[in-house]
Amino acid sequence: MEPFKNISSIITPLDKVNVDTDQIVPKQFLKLVQKSGFGKFLFFNWRYDEAENKKPDFVLNDSKYDGSKILISGDNFGCGSSREHAVWALKDYGFSVIIAPSFADIFFSNCFKNGLLPISLDEKLVELLQKETDPISIDLEKQFIKTPSQEIHFDIDSHMKKILLEGLDDIAQTFQYEDKITEFEKNSKIPSVL
Amino acid sequence: MGKTLFEKIWESHVVVEKPHNPSLIYVDRHLVHEVTSPQAFDGLRMNNRKVRRPDLTIATMDHNVPTNDRSLPILDQTSAIQIQTLEKNCKDFEITLFDINSPDQGIVHVIGPQLGITLPGSTIVCGDSHTSTHGAFGALALGIGTSDVEHVLASQTIWLEKPKPFEIKVEGKRKNPHAVTAKDIVLSIIKNIGTGGGTGTVIEYRGEGIEDLSMEQRMTICNMSIEAGARAGLIAPDEKTFEYLRGRKYTPKNYESLVEEWREHLKTDNDATFEKQFTLHIDDIAPQVSWGTNPGMTCDVTESVPFPDEFAQGDPNQKKSAEKALSYMDLKPGTPIEDIKIDRVFIGSCTNARLEDLIEASKVVRGQKISPYVRAMVVPGSQMVKKQAEEMGLDKIFIDANFEWREAGCSMCLGMNPDILSPGERCASTSNRNFEGRQGTGGRTHLVSPVMAAAAAIKGHFVDVRKMDLN
Repeated sequence: MEPFKNISSIITPLDKVNVDTDQIVPKQFLKLVQKSGFGKFLFFNWRYDEAENKKPDFVLNDSKYDGSKILISGDNFGCGSSREHAVWALKDYGFSVIIAPSFADIFFSNCFKNGLLPISLDEKLVELLQKETDPISIDLEKQFIKTPSQEIHFDIDSHMKKILLEGLDDIAQTFQYEDKITEFEKNSKIPSVL
Repeated sequence: MGKTLFEKIWESHVVVEKPHNPSLIYVDRHLVHEVTSPQAFDGLRMNNRKVRRPDLTIATMDHNVPTNDRSLPILDQTSAIQIQTLEKNCKDFEITLFDINSPDQGIVHVIGPQLGITLPGSTIVCGDSHTSTHGAFGALALGIGTSDVEHVLASQTIWLEKPKPFEIKVEGKRKNPHAVTAKDIVLSIIKNIGTGGGTGTVIEYRGEGIEDLSMEQRMTICNMSIEAGARAGLIAPDEKTFEYLRGRKYTPKNYESLVEEWREHLKTDNDATFEKQFTLHIDDIAPQVSWGTNPGMTCDVTESVPFPDEFAQGDPNQKKSAEKALSYMDLKPGTPIEDIKIDRVFIGSCTNARLEDLIEASKVVRGQKISPYVRAMVVPGSQMVKKQAEEMGLDKIFIDANFEWREAGCSMCLGMNPDILSPGERCASTSNRNFEGRQGTGGRTHLVSPVMAAAAAIKGHFVDVRKMDLN
């Protein structure tokens, strides 16, 4: 995984609550067997009509947000299905940061496996940022968001921060505990399936 | 201080623990299906890693499989490739697979318990959010993403932040348990606590209203924990649990000695504390029907479609979201639920496609015909459920009423196979999600119980199933 770099970008405001992963990537695109190329399916049913023409009123189709790396949305972002395809699509489209008042648990955890930074902020601050039209910058190391008018601190778990900053391979990390896993298995009372 | 059931299972599976960090948790059972696993196996190959415990890993194909004639080739090429990919991956990594022709094939959350793979006190993961179903057996069962699937395949462990215990008490007795079902209990819970009400928690369902339920009904409850945002949902095992798992295909040889231990340890201590609590009284609850685009947007069948203001209770975001939902669902506030006409009926999914669900629905259907304006299908949760139902003659009851009787799979719950709604079609569905486009782009889903779905199929619109004779 690529280490997370500080970014500066305008914000794409998606003014909805409970954005579920079925909307982020609809089911018809889950049949691919690779991780790449999901960006074109992001918010597909909101972005395109039945004839696959762009819907002009959807925020991603507004050219002023082209190249934006930050998506901001409402409460409980990423709820529903566990599909990691949702994170792959957001990342492949070009987003590096998602800001929302809260995130669904599985989506939140999937973000860190793919170098996508989810920031949860107080609802009032999210509302304020929804209206911000100038570029903002995000510093993960120092944990702040800088807008033209203010600096906003955000919280993040120190372990998760390290994973993003160093682009760590989760599995290689875990293999350092190989002996502990083996020891656990020796004492486990739950038998094999077969 | 006492401990909750969740805390006991958690503590007995910690491999590595460091303060202020996620813990490394051992996984006893890993269930794999075709949609969320191909990229995980690819990751193993790229890094020359193998599957640590093939003997704790079980695979089946359920999301993509067609539910019509199994002897026909799969016409959708991308589905066919995904299914073949799982076959190849299981062969290469020596994992037991219940393939499309296996008598044990079915929705992964239906076959786990049926085969005795799901065990009390164990940890179970699967790349599927409805893994919470297995919590009905007193297991800690979690849905995970594909990166974690790869991590578990490689290490048989997973890094987890410890969720907080959430007690949901279900008190009282339903007056008509054939008409007011487990589905209505869980929809009532979600309606009250909201789709994010369980975020960051593991729910333990307790109380008389839960103890009274059969194992299959408990699975319906735990299945929908994720629709309240919970990491998992569980129910302490009791004699019903132990009896259900006795003598199944993969029930462990030392089962009785395990039961003795589970009976003693797998319960929440009297002096344990929960971080969050909610109580639902079920004496007077009605059958539920969802009217919106998330499972929290649900009301009694006797009510009318709510006005956004009334639903939002002062929250402007909720108001906007209700307006949008009503527009997507093409519903006018104030319309009685019983006046809503439907085009399709789907009885199926990991929520409601077990034998008991089909038995109960068949009681509504027996000797009747579905409305000529409705297309209805029954998709059993597994090939084993299908076989058992056919042995009881349930297939005949449904077919005589003009239902389609299908092969096992996830089918129209998420419409990855050919079973989908056309744009604008309205469906009474026993599944778990009424999200926009979930059952087909532009399709409109109303979540209901199997008996409510069956009743709607016959009348052509929603009807309070308590008015029908179910004996």
